[in-house]
Amino acid sequence: MFSEGRLAELTLAEALNDALHVELERDERTLVMGEDVGRAGGVFRVTAGLRDRFGPDRCVDTPLAEAGIMGTAVGLCMAGWRPVCEMQYDAFSYPGLDQLITHVGRYRWRTGGRMEFPITVRMPYGGGVKAPELHEDSPETYYVHTPGVKVAIPSTPADAKGLLAAAIRDPDPVVVLEPKLHYRTMRGEVPEGEHVVPLGRARVAREGDDVTLVAYGSMVPLCEQAADALAGEASVEVLDIRSLRPLDEDALLASAAKTGRVVIVQEAPRTLGFAAELAAILAEKAILDLRGPVLRVTGYDVPFPFWKLEDYYLPSLERVVDAARRLLAF
Amino acid sequence: MAQVLPAERDLRRVIGDGDGVPDGEVEGLDEQALVDLYRSLVLLRTYDERSVVYHRQGRIGTYAIFWNHEAMQAGAVHALSDDDWIFPSYRESAIGLLRGMPAATVLSWWRGHPAGWWNPADYNVGSICVPIATHVPHAAGLAWGKKLDGEPSVAIAFFGDGATSEGAFHEGANFAGVMSAPLILLCNNNQWAISTPLSAQTAAETLADKAVGYGMPGVRVDGADVLAVYEAVREAAERARAGGGPTFVEAVTYRCAPHATADDPRAYIDLERVEEERARECVGRYDGYLRRLGVLDDALTEEIRGEAAEMLRRGIAEAESLPEPDPAVVFEWAYAEPPPALAHDLAELRRVLGGSLG
Ligand SMILES: Cc1ncc(C[n+]2csc(CCOP(=O)(O)OP(=O)(O)O)c2C)c(N)n1
Ligand SMILES: [Mg+2]
Repeated sequence: MFSEGRLAELTLAEALNDALHVELERDERTLVMGEDVGRAGGVFRVTAGLRDRFGPDRCVDTPLAEAGIMGTAVGLCMAGWRPVCEMQYDAFSYPGLDQLITHVGRYRWRTGGRMEFPITVRMPYGGGVKAPELHEDSPETYYVHTPGVKVAIPSTPADAKGLLAAAIRDPDPVVVLEPKLHYRTMRGEVPEGEHVVPLGRARVAREGDDVTLVAYGSMVPLCEQAADALAGEASVEVLDIRSLRPLDEDALLASAAKTGRVVIVQEAPRTLGFAAELAAILAEKAILDLRGPVLRVTGYDVPFPFWKLEDYYLPSLERVVDAARRLLAF
Repeated sequence: MAQVLPAERDLRRVIGDGDGVPDGEVEGLDEQALVDLYRSLVLLRTYDERSVVYHRQGRIGTYAIFWNHEAMQAGAVHALSDDDWIFPSYRESAIGLLRGMPAATVLSWWRGHPAGWWNPADYNVGSICVPIATHVPHAAGLAWGKKLDGEPSVAIAFFGDGATSEGAFHEGANFAGVMSAPLILLCNNNQWAISTPLSAQTAAETLADKAVGYGMPGVRVDGADVLAVYEAVREAAERARAGGGPTFVEAVTYRCAPHATADDPRAYIDLERVEEERARECVGRYDGYLRRLGVLDDALTEEIRGEAAEMLRRGIAEAESLPEPDPAVVFEWAYAEPPPALAHDLAELRRVLGGSLG
């Protein structure tokens, strides 16, 4: 971690905005592009001020075309630029999946590793915000499942800044999913100036001995609440994965070895979600450390519901606590 | 196939300005039809204005305002028959009202309540489409399918100026051209896609010019002139029914309201221009036209507005009286025969909901 030591109290959205300012200042080949990122500063104001500071060629309001954004980003890389692309919402990245899967994740490989594609794709993700259809998806599986692409999902303002900076500096494509539920409501201390949180390192958000709750993004604060709720009964560790690829397997296995009990919490639909991957790793490498089955608390295998029903769909404090208790009683 | 010419550049207009520009006339529209059109305009306007209030009162969620877009919606629907299919975007969320859909249904959609779903076949109105332009191929497919069956139905897809930048728009339009599908592509050119102006969306001189590339006619109408929209859509529908294939209709208007209730346009929009455009808004222009024609007076206006207001009063009351949806609804409807795991999930959820944390 490189930082200058001074801290500022920022919201998660402000921390991301800070990272973009610092990184565009640092490298004049870096540019931001996306729908409404310039004049409006992004619908969540994450790119606010960039157009004024760096001009309309380095904070670009693009046509409304996600495949176009991801596809031109590939070409911009070939021309020596370092694009940071915004997808306006999780589900609106889907038209761009074609370019992401067929080119963004494969082009370096296709050049025999000779050419770099340092594309960052960032987007707000997740539910709990009472929005119309297709504004509350958790699409991380599609991205982690795409070879050649790295994925980071911060859960705190400091990590939001540091992981976005790492993504921008990374020589490979990185998708950063930002928990929109906490954009404005979560505040925290964030190092000023350059601040990089390396990809591939998990964070122990809470130390404990009896059971590990594993999560990333907006499920981390939920797991911390669950740890509080269980305080009288068990000592709960909360492991924030924060980098899905590269994955910090050592941290996962170390925590499993310590507590012997693992509950994985994920907002996305269950089948083939990232929790399934983590559970498979535990089955392969930690079976003798485990004192009970690996449990998952996830969204369901249905489209994200109308928002009046979203609290039933989303992993809740009750569901997480229930899973932890079942495991402790196993 | 008829020769395709470059799009008409001039905006078609029928309604004059009550001053130097004279009123035109649309053939075949009698007094009753003219007043019915007005009724629809007022209904949409009332729905929209009430919704903004309901949002402020916390009775509906985020809402996409369509103020000054009523003319292109009502004009187009009135030019079609009830057998023709409508594919709306979020900007046309209430267009089903013109096909007899209860206001409570649309309000429920914006309230995040599953009573906001409907069966498209009940009204020949597709679901409200949220991802930009992705419904354009659906409309092309519906039109193509009807053509294969030899049915006279046409389809109309509503989408914005920004939508023309999406791949799905291009693919849908191209399919319609190739299949000679009876489709009307109604582009709501309100000149903004949230904060992105049309000039950042396309280098084409007009959006209707795009029609040339798909081998279909393109026309431009004043989108705030309900009669001009009516006439252009009627012509397009007649051509489509006669086997002449799709038409691109660019309805030019101006977004005088925020993109949606969550948006603050002051950062990017020219507020003076908005004031100018508000002064020429579409309901008032048609109101003036009908009065000059002598078919509308204060009493009738009052009556029509009263009816619309009453429909909304009843609609919101009905929507608010619906019970909160049961958790079982989360697991329904995605499959004809849900995978067994979903039933287990529901049982587990009920068990946890029934317990307490303590
Ligand atoms: C695929 C996709 N990308 C982005 C969005 C987010 N978004 C919602 S409305 C909008 C602007 C649409 O502009 P336009 O097509 O002109 O229609 P208007 O809203 O003006 O009616 C954007 C970018 C979306 N809904 N779907
Ligand atoms: Mg528009």
